[in-house]
Amino acid sequence: MGKLISKIPDGPLAQKWTKYKASVKLVNPANKKKLEIIVVGTGLSGAGASSALGELGYSVKTFCYQDSPRRAHSVAAQGGINAAKNYQSDGDSIYRLFYDMIKGGDFRAREANVYRAAEVSNEVIDHYTAIGVPFARDYGGTLDTRSFGGVQVSRTLYSRGQTGQQCLLGAYSSLNRQIKKGNVTMYPRREMLDIVLIDGKARGIIARNLLTGEIERHAAHAVVLATGGYGTIYYMSTLAVNSNASAAWKAHKKGAFFANPSFVQIHPTCVPQMNEFQSKLTLMSESLRNDGRVWVPKSKGDAREANEIPEDERDYFLERRYPAFGNLVPRDVASRAAKERCDAGFGVGETGLAVNLDFRDSMKKQGKKVIENKYGNLFEMYKTITGIDPYEEPMRIYPAGHYTMGGLWVDYELMTTIPGLYAIGEANFSDHGANRLGASSLMQASGDGYFILPNTINNYLADEIRVPKISTDNPEFAETEKAAVGILNKLISIKGKQTASSFHKRLGKIMWDYCGMIRNKEGLEKALVLINDLKKEFWRDLNIPGTISELNMELEKAGRVADYFELAGLLATDALNRNESCGAHFREEFQTPDGEALRNDEKFAFVAAWEYAGEGNPHILHKEELKFEEVEMKVRSYK
Amino acid sequence: MNKILFSSISKKFVMALAGLFLLMFLPVHLVINFLLLKSDPVPFNKAAHFMATFPLVKIMEVALIGVILIHITWGIYLQIQNWLARPVGYVSGNKSETSFFSRFMIWTGASVLTFLVMHFFNFYFVKLGLVAGNPEDFYTLAHKLFKIPAYNYIYLVCFSLLGFHLYHAFSSAFQTIGLNHRLWTPVVKVVALIYAIALPAGFAFISISLWLFR
Amino acid sequence: MNLTLKIWRQKNAGTKGSFATYRMDDVSPEMSFLEMLDALNKKLVEEDKYPVAFDHDCREGICGSCGMYINGHPHGPVPAITTCHLSMRYFKEGDTIWIEPWRAKPFPVIKDLIVDRTAFDKIQIAGGFISVNAGAAPEANSILVEKKKSDDAFDSAICIGCGACVAACKNASAMLFVSAKISQFALLPQGRIEAKERVRAMIEKMDEAGFGNCSNTGACEAECPKQIKLTNIARLNREYFKAY
Repeated sequence: MGKLISKIPDGPLAQKWTKYKASVKLVNPANKKKLEIIVVGTGLSGAGASSALGELGYSVKTFCYQDSPRRAHSVAAQGGINAAKNYQSDGDSIYRLFYDMIKGGDFRAREANVYRAAEVSNEVIDHYTAIGVPFARDYGGTLDTRSFGGVQVSRTLYSRGQTGQQCLLGAYSSLNRQIKKGNVTMYPRREMLDIVLIDGKARGIIARNLLTGEIERHAAHAVVLATGGYGTIYYMSTLAVNSNASAAWKAHKKGAFFANPSFVQIHPTCVPQMNEFQSKLTLMSESLRNDGRVWVPKSKGDAREANEIPEDERDYFLERRYPAFGNLVPRDVASRAAKERCDAGFGVGETGLAVNLDFRDSMKKQGKKVIENKYGNLFEMYKTITGIDPYEEPMRIYPAGHYTMGGLWVDYELMTTIPGLYAIGEANFSDHGANRLGASSLMQASGDGYFILPNTINNYLADEIRVPKISTDNPEFAETEKAAVGILNKLISIKGKQTASSFHKRLGKIMWDYCGMIRNKEGLEKALVLINDLKKEFWRDLNIPGTISELNMELEKAGRVADYFELAGLLATDALNRNESCGAHFREEFQTPDGEALRNDEKFAFVAAWEYAGEGNPHILHKEELKFEEVEMKVRSYK
Repeated sequence: MNKILFSSISKKFVMALAGLFLLMFLPVHLVINFLLLKSDPVPFNKAAHFMATFPLVKIMEVALIGVILIHITWGIYLQIQNWLARPVGYVSGNKSETSFFSRFMIWTGASVLTFLVMHFFNFYFVKLGLVAGNPEDFYTLAHKLFKIPAYNYIYLVCFSLLGFHLYHAFSSAFQTIGLNHRLWTPVVKVVALIYAIALPAGFAFISISLWLFR
Repeated sequence: MNLTLKIWRQKNAGTKGSFATYRMDDVSPEMSFLEMLDALNKKLVEEDKYPVAFDHDCREGICGSCGMYINGHPHGPVPAITTCHLSMRYFKEGDTIWIEPWRAKPFPVIKDLIVDRTAFDKIQIAGGFISVNAGAAPEANSILVEKKKSDDAFDSAICIGCGACVAACKNASAMLFVSAKISQFALLPQGRIEAKERVRAMIEKMDEAGFGNCSNTGACEAECPKQIKLTNIARLNREYFKAY
């Protein structure tokens, strides 16, 4: 446990951040200009950090794999962004937001970090509003809020169903401003291949120019990873298809611990898979469950059209199992219940991997017009994708991988176990524990990027002011570059038969079947074997046409899949190690007699931070014990 | 300053203003032309004389010529820039739903220009003394021209094309000078339609009357 | 269903491209257009041939990465959607589908169907922002915004920067794209403060990039996957005149 120093400041919870900011080391403006910082990723956290650091006067180099920073996948978040503004005077406060997050995360997050996330949430909203993010407003001109994710207050600010897009475009605009000022240099269409360490400190990255295949060296005094989550490990998810964990994984292999990799949130209401070529599962807003009733036929393999199945032959399984919450049970509970029915053979559609979400009764009761007003956009979107009109037939939905609470272990300053290497946003493990509440990912990513990192990074850089500009001629750059190119060459020279995507798809299926929303020891052990076999097959039978020194999307994919094989192993290991059910991590062996998650606070109230021990060696587990000083650990119940 | 004057929006603004100015001139011309329908040549010739000699109109005439030249040169300039903006075209064509006539403005404009040149030779240059003829009797001159079938064909085709040009031009000019309104833009579009039909129809009516019914 | 694809193949910016013909058998009507291309690419890679390169990412119509000119329309013949949302059920047995990259001087082809859209970023960098540093903002509710204006600003702000407007316009004009950003900020009180500098800088950059001039044909509005309105262009024009 020696290596995990969380650096949580002393003092009462509510004053930790204020006290930290007041006592942290600072860098004077003249020195800031001389200090370079690399930021990888341009989602809310990456774009936010780049612009905030640029505003402070640092020399920032920002990288993204997309053709423009505006396309990072934060853009796809729909619901909203939480803030402890208490605009509705409904009793909300920073403390309540903090408490909801800790509880929602099933008491597996660090108190001090979560409290700080809640604290800066208000600054985030002020900032976005000032830079022109068009949040929804009331007729009096003030900001409107809605309630979200089953909490008891209305604290979610939103821009219709496109809050992520609006926040990201806001962050992109502030990034652009710094690019114009010359404080940020933007490197789009670059993929980070590895981190360069000099004397144990992160001093730069090796990147591949995706347009030309050219390998580039970039040096800096500190490196920030804002590279998002690893949900595409399931192949199909609600993530962008090119989202990947490679940057985080490469950092991990260089010494950054990876925390809680098994904590993955599965979202219950997604458009299900319809054919074997499907590449993506689109999220349909959770709000649909307010008026839609979830059901499957009572008889197995019922091939009739949904509308032809009479009322008494329908199984409204959520209402049956959870009479108190019915269709409104939390995400993880709803997801598991749907999977249970489909696995038992009651699923609908050609694949049998879907359940009905039916609006017939609500339309009868409230009128079609009311339903149209509430969900018109979503119904249109569903019809666009599937060709099925939800006004006429029930929607079909199925759960899909959505958000990864796990990620690189970071301390209170968001620094990983590699000095000078930071991880922010979804890429770190910090604030959501074992399960994330709705509308808190935008909040955390923005907070990390705009308000937390720009404060904490000074504490490190203050000691770096005497370090001159790092040269890319250092032997460490050459070595790291050589190793990175070596991997590319190895991949491209396999010259087998199968595509990277076909391996990815098969890996995804293993992960979904054994490391998805329901796990057990036997399955996880089997997964480890299957992953390893498939990995071997990958390194034997992959094919990539072309060369490494040109635009080569197959090479990009292959590199990402190669890393996923390794991360998949760690994910299964972590899930196997955590002998309890908590939040999104549900182990069949650990449930109450009525099928609810059974947490084990005595043995597992810790963050599992895994250390890479070299090729072929098992990972080493480090435990960061979680101490709850402010809140009492309670059991969640939705009966 | 050049950047401002020659920015894409400024050029378009100039085009639009010039166009709107020309739009105002056409009805005046049409009203005078209606005098051709009278069997008495005096009113028409008087009007033509007035237009040729009244000082204020003389000033307007210079302005008009200037505006026409600006409209033409700017139009061609913009069009060349537009062509250059897409050096490689689409094999599958452009099937986007657009206001139909907007696609051919340069061509409808060019046909109007052709007519204008002809018209200048027939009348305006006569007035200036560059071409032989009696500037004090445009009435007879016009009546003679409208007896030539070929002249009528060209006249009718050009005015149809002018109508097409005007239909897009009218509402487009408003959009370019920044006037687009939830309530008023649909009204402008209706007025544009009426204008684009009525004006060429008026000219055509005169042409056909003089050609076939005199 | 069985389809014939005519796809623009171009090795890189420096070489000449041409159309290649591919037969696709057993295309499921449930596939999206990009999934159909995935299937083609799988086949090509298995034959050790270069797959068709195209930009794509979120595959849910919001990131703006994807964009192909399909049978005479940017993002294909179905209005108000991106290529990734275009379903194969809109095509029928035996169809020949022409797939071309965006064509515009400021969007040079990089490879196959990938074009360089950095001109859009450059326009945004020139002025598409409000100059407030993180931490300097006043309490959010101290800025009151009329609901109607806020909603209108949102309708303009939903542009995904895909470039379909440029691709559709016969003049390859970027006015709809630029006007959407200008409008968003022009409608909000926060954005008014530097409205003049913004519109001047962005238009200057737009012209510099070599986009054509707007001739109000409305093709951009007809093809915009996010249904950005032409009223934005009129507003941009107004904002431009006001800036001098």
